[in-house]
Amino acid sequence: MYEIVEKYEEVPNVHRLVVREPNIAAKAQPGQFAILMADEQSERVPISIVDTKDDTFTMFILELGISSAKIVNMKEGDTLEAVTGPLGMPADLGKYGRVVLGGGCYGIGAIYPLARALKELGNEVVTIIEARSDYLLYFQEELKAVSDEFFVATSDGTEGTNGHVQDVLVKLIRDGERFDHAKFIGCTYMMMNCSHITSPYRIPTKVALNTIMLDGTGMCGCCRVSVEGETKFACVDGPEFDGHHVDWDELMKRKSSYLMEEMLAYQTAPHTCKALEKAYSGDSK
Amino acid sequence: MSKKKSPAPKKENAKQSPKDKPAEKPKRPPRPPRTKMPEQPPDIRIKNFVEVPYGLTPEEAQLEAARCIQCKRPKCVEGCPVSVQIPEFIALIKDGHFAEAASKIKETNVLPAVCGRVCPQETQCEETCILGRRGEPVAIGYLERFCADYERLGGHIKLPKKKRPNDKKVAIVGSGPAGLTVAGDLSLLGYKLTIFEAFHKGGGVLVYGIPEFRLPKEIVETEINYLERLGVEIKYNHVIGMCKSINELLTKDGFDAVFIGVGAGLPRFLNIPGENLNGVYSANEYLTRSNLMKAYLYPTYNTPIMKGRKVTVVGGGNVAMDCARTALRLGSDKVMLVYRRAREQMPARAEEVHHAAEEGIDFRLLSNPVEIIGDDTGVVKRIKCQKYQLGEPDDSGRRRPLPIEGEYFELETDLVIIAIGNNANPLIKATTPDIETNKWGNIIVDEFGRTNKNFVYAAGDIVTGGATVISAMGGGRKAATGIHRDLMGIKDEDVQD
Ligand SMILES: Cc1cc2nc3c(=O)[nH]c(=O)nc-3n(C[C@H](O)[C@H](O)[C@H](O)COP(=O)(O)OP(=O)(O)OC[C@H]3O[C@@H](n4cnc5c(N)ncnc54)[C@H](O)[C@@H]3O)c2cc1C
Ligand SMILES: Cc1cc2nc3c(=O)[nH]c(=O)nc-3n(C[C@H](O)[C@H](O)[C@H](O)COP(=O)(O)OP(=O)(O)OC[C@H]3O[C@@H](n4cnc5c(N)ncnc54)[C@H](O)[C@@H]3O)c2cc1C
Ligand code: SF4
Ligand code: SF4
Ligand code: FES
Repeated sequence: MYEIVEKYEEVPNVHRLVVREPNIAAKAQPGQFAILMADEQSERVPISIVDTKDDTFTMFILELGISSAKIVNMKEGDTLEAVTGPLGMPADLGKYGRVVLGGGCYGIGAIYPLARALKELGNEVVTIIEARSDYLLYFQEELKAVSDEFFVATSDGTEGTNGHVQDVLVKLIRDGERFDHAKFIGCTYMMMNCSHITSPYRIPTKVALNTIMLDGTGMCGCCRVSVEGETKFACVDGPEFDGHHVDWDELMKRKSSYLMEEMLAYQTAPHTCKALEKAYSGDSK
Repeated sequence: MSKKKSPAPKKENAKQSPKDKPAEKPKRPPRPPRTKMPEQPPDIRIKNFVEVPYGLTPEEAQLEAARCIQCKRPKCVEGCPVSVQIPEFIALIKDGHFAEAASKIKETNVLPAVCGRVCPQETQCEETCILGRRGEPVAIGYLERFCADYERLGGHIKLPKKKRPNDKKVAIVGSGPAGLTVAGDLSLLGYKLTIFEAFHKGGGVLVYGIPEFRLPKEIVETEINYLERLGVEIKYNHVIGMCKSINELLTKDGFDAVFIGVGAGLPRFLNIPGENLNGVYSANEYLTRSNLMKAYLYPTYNTPIMKGRKVTVVGGGNVAMDCARTALRLGSDKVMLVYRRAREQMPARAEEVHHAAEEGIDFRLLSNPVEIIGDDTGVVKRIKCQKYQLGEPDDSGRRRPLPIEGEYFELETDLVIIAIGNNANPLIKATTPDIETNKWGNIIVDEFGRTNKNFVYAAGDIVTGGATVISAMGGGRKAATGIHRDLMGIKDEDVQD
């Protein structure tokens, strides 16, 4: 049983969750993720591991569809049906020199272990985060503590640069900043745009892809992405990939696979209809 | 101890002697025909996920059991990879001792309810049954299923006597048929067993691959329950290699031996254009969504699955049949099966091919996809296939399929499921580099499942490549013997069979 030892809504829709799982706490490396199930009916939801402490680990979860909603609606002391991890390859980490990191939505939290590790390795770390509005920014103090420079962008201009991570990035580069390495975590759009910006400057760029996943162990192939014309499984070959070689167009299309179904699940969620279940299983006795 | 099976004489002589010959000497009454298993009619069953055959009644089972002539040197046993004591258990059924019959089977096969349903009997025990020479073989599979069901449904499952606990701990990685067999065997010998399973449920392919309508999940749960009652501990959500390595199990966690039964879980793709379009599934993904995650009960269960109006399944094995028949049950209008050989050469169990055909699966044989074509939103629209013909027999003895130059056709389809087999999942090898594997990534073992690493054993699909439930169990049993001998310091040479 996987106990939720801490849970609160950091900013609207983004929840901090601390769960007891000694294996993950002992083993997790920056860039790895866990798979969570709230209950027996839930999907298996991949979530980035942000930090570990004693026998617990911390995550930030964005409420999106039914399965993430179920998790964030649980309370401290509740137990999750399943927690599996750590999964995925650890992020590439080295002494690069000057490194730029970009995070949006859950990526604000997910970029943190990378920033900290890169800093510890002796890099100069420049961190940029984005949100729709100032009240949706979170985890800033922690990020500042492991960054040499720290920038914020908001879509409505209520704090920092008016715009997105890529707008700050473009400005820094135009102003003569030279980066030796870049990493981005967040929505696919942001990661794609930022990769397009660093490409002409030949800044080695890694992105942490959030494909649809199922088992997370390389068994099903549902997380496949094309990187440099080769099919890769994001759960075992990634999630971190070279942003300049990801087939972004294909990735965007694959991510929208279940749009209709997800809406249906969310709308019909609260009432589990026993009659329907019976009808489906053909059990009419 | 591999058994080469000679091809059984087929039913050339099945016709009874011509009736115009006057009876000269009194003949034995004709043997009653093989019992037919009642099953859901095709038009009903394609609308539900309930098991297709209903099973035999006790009367039917006894009638069928009476057909067995109790051979002194039973050929059927030679055909069974684990040498189930077939005439003995059939005799017990005939006399009405159903629970005892189940115990008899369990002496060599711990999962009779599963094997009775999914063994390819026609190439194993029933192929070699002597009655098959002049007519139809005894329905060994049906009988095996019958007594296992009788035992389970009647609550007759008894815990066998365990040996006194010894102080040895064994870790088992993977809860498929191989792992379950090792757990069962060793716990009876007094070992302390812990199974580590990557998923949140146990059973391996039995829960995530084989569909409910062929193997009700309740059966697998009963088996797992039984192991837990024997004292086996199961740790779910543990991906060995990620949360712990094999070496750590032996050192940090203090296990005396580790058994690897992780199956062959890396889906093969065709490597043709269009394979990453929306609406192209690997069989593993499709079946895992439907079976393990219960997408067929969507949205009560939250994992979605694409239904597809016109579905194309690529492949000709059990996995392909399971995908095709699942698609029908999920409500697809038309399901086509593209396979590059002919129907006789399909590796699937005969009963599954027969059921699939009855249910209206459209077999597009001697053809193979070359391209999947999508629209500009990245969704599958059509599949382009090349026609094939049969050439000379290949290594497997089957006639080799050869593409016919320039002959192509296209099928309209909005869902494509690739069911052409699995390779070995590289996770264990990647995290335990010093374990010896062959060029396909399968772990190399000796006769008793020993790998090159001390106190590390393996069996099942990770050793053999995709095979059968019963062969995985047979391998598991051998490995259990190997583990027992090594931990007790018994040398192979000192043991005579
Ligand atoms: C390696 C990895 C790490 C991840 N880390 C985190 C994390 O730390 N925190 C976190 O909150 N999420 C993370 N995600 C994403 C998370 O797994 C999904 O948001 C989650 O599966 C959504 O499930 P759901 O059932 O709630 O929503 P669904 O019902 O599956 O989706 C609801 C709606 O959201 C859309 N959607 C689904 N996923 C995403 C996405 N990733 N981005 C934008 N839109 C999406 C769907 O198309 C749909 O319209 C990660 C994903 C991966 C693969
Ligand atoms: C759809 C389908 C239909 C089939 N139909 C038939 C049939 O009708 N008759 C028949 O005889 N055979 C059939 N087979 C084949 C048969 O199911 C397999 O040969 C058999 O299940 C192999 O058993 P196993 O124990 O080696 O592995 P599996 O059953 O594959 O089990 C392996 C287990 O290990 C777990 N695992 C994997 N990696 C790790 C890890 N790193 N750490 C922890 N756990 C891990 C997996 O989650 C899984 O539970 C079918 C197979 C499929 C896919
Ligand atoms: S285990 Fe399989 S092969 Fe052996 S007797 Fe039973 S059904 Fe036949
Ligand atoms: S070979 Fe057939 S008839 Fe003979 S013992 Fe076996 S099942 Fe009975
Ligand atoms: S999620 Fe199944 S292979 Fe990656």
